[in-house]
Amino acid sequence: MPARRGIVAVVALAALLALWAWSTGPGDLISPMRFPSPPLVVAAFVQIATRGFAGATLWVHILSSLSLVIEGFLVAASTGTALGLAMGWSPRFAALVNPVFQLIRPIPPLAWIPLAILWLGLGAAAKILVIWFAAFVPAVINTESGVRDIPVHLLEAARMLGTPRLRMLREIVIPAALPQIFTGLRLSLQASWTTLVAAELVGSFYGLGHVLNAAQQDIDPEMIFVGMACVGLFGWLTTLLLAAVEAQSLGWHASSRSAAHA
Amino acid sequence: MPSPGRRMPLSAPERLLLGALGLALFFAVWLSCSLSGLVSPTFLPNPGTVLAQLAHLLRHPYAGHTLPEHLAASLLRYGSGLLLACLVGLPLGLLMGWFRLLDNIVTPIFNGLRFIAPIAWVPFAALWFGTGLGGPVLIIFTGAFPPALIGAYRGARLIDPQLIEAARMLGTPHHRMLTEILLPDAVPSIIAGLRVAAGLGWQSLIGAELIVVSSGIGYMMVQAQAAVSTKTVMAGIIAVGIVGTVIDGILRFGERTVRRRYGVVGTSA
Repeated sequence: MPARRGIVAVVALAALLALWAWSTGPGDLISPMRFPSPPLVVAAFVQIATRGFAGATLWVHILSSLSLVIEGFLVAASTGTALGLAMGWSPRFAALVNPVFQLIRPIPPLAWIPLAILWLGLGAAAKILVIWFAAFVPAVINTESGVRDIPVHLLEAARMLGTPRLRMLREIVIPAALPQIFTGLRLSLQASWTTLVAAELVGSFYGLGHVLNAAQQDIDPEMIFVGMACVGLFGWLTTLLLAAVEAQSLGWHASSRSAAHA
Repeated sequence: MPSPGRRMPLSAPERLLLGALGLALFFAVWLSCSLSGLVSPTFLPNPGTVLAQLAHLLRHPYAGHTLPEHLAASLLRYGSGLLLACLVGLPLGLLMGWFRLLDNIVTPIFNGLRFIAPIAWVPFAALWFGTGLGGPVLIIFTGAFPPALIGAYRGARLIDPQLIEAARMLGTPHHRMLTEILLPDAVPSIIAGLRVAAGLGWQSLIGAELIVVSSGIGYMMVQAQAAVSTKTVMAGIIAVGIVGTVIDGILRFGERTVRRRYGVVGTSA
């Protein structure tokens, strides 16, 4: 029953909030040096929003992280989807690229961070390179398998009717593979956030990861909390954005339900 | 497998040849970059130098330890974190699958935390449990816990209610229900979740070691980065990739064995 489910959810979250407020406040179970009480979090939020923290105000940090995630994601999504399409389209190309791809694929994306810093320093370019490494792989894999899973009769019919190749790509291959492409893109987006936060924690001048790092150095649990809450909030918002794009472009498709609970 | 561009699949020799060509091209570009002097070797050492450095690290300490010692430290943290994620995530996932109320309570909390990248737990992990074993273990846990839980949850939800009712009607005792109906049905999904958990846990470990610890493979790489030793960083990347592949290989083997034992051909979620 959805109504009952909703009520239980609200009660559970309210209970958690109450437990948090009580154990850090009147209950005095958890020291504020370990985990902040709600008023401390609000104070930290006001501080970073108005006076700033770690070199800038919250908005500057958010804008910096958000634009890097979006840029890195777009670069990875476009190149990854293109490579995946080519690999799914041409078995020759797939055979050529696959061994190199398999060589690079098992490397955890975060392991590229030191190399990216060596090559490009601590600025935006290094972050985008790392996000690219991380988000590229799921885009390629899912696009390729999406193209390969296209029902043969669709392609044969189009071929029989003499559809030109470019039109076939635009009107059959891409639309048919789109649901799987989006599956890959959702994973890519998640990977983009993880790698960006990690890269910012390792070294950066602005960004939410930089806030987390500075808060950790200062032993400032309430600021850590604010940083984490922002990472979660904007991770969620970008996921919603992607789901909206998916719903828009897959409105015709039976599986567009998947966008509803992305 | 049919493909849009061509009707006939490639023959095995053709595939091998093309694959070899691809690899040759990759290494040729890499080699020519570093040998031609176009890119300085500090920036991009040639493949031979990287492999030599990898061999060198096996016996000679870098950042305090040899490569196997760093890996042993990493694997200890990794094993503890993954074990903890399984010990908490699998039972909780199964229980959530079986008891609707628990599902309704935990799911909203879980969803609220889901979008926080595991690596963002680093500061709290360091604050609460230090940077030795405890902190990194928490970070691996936050990476590996969600897929472990989701795999077990899906597994429990996949069980055919008719089977349970039939067994109940026949008076099957509780422990036999668990071992003969519930677990076998849930196992493929659990294993699929574990494979994802193992991968994400390994990745989180590397992240944790880049940031907070003083030993382990990630620490070695970050030290090498600070010392501008590109060849050591690249050797580290290779070592991390190999260990990750071995871990996945072991789990893949486990997956096959379990599937055969329980005679399941279900799809992995």
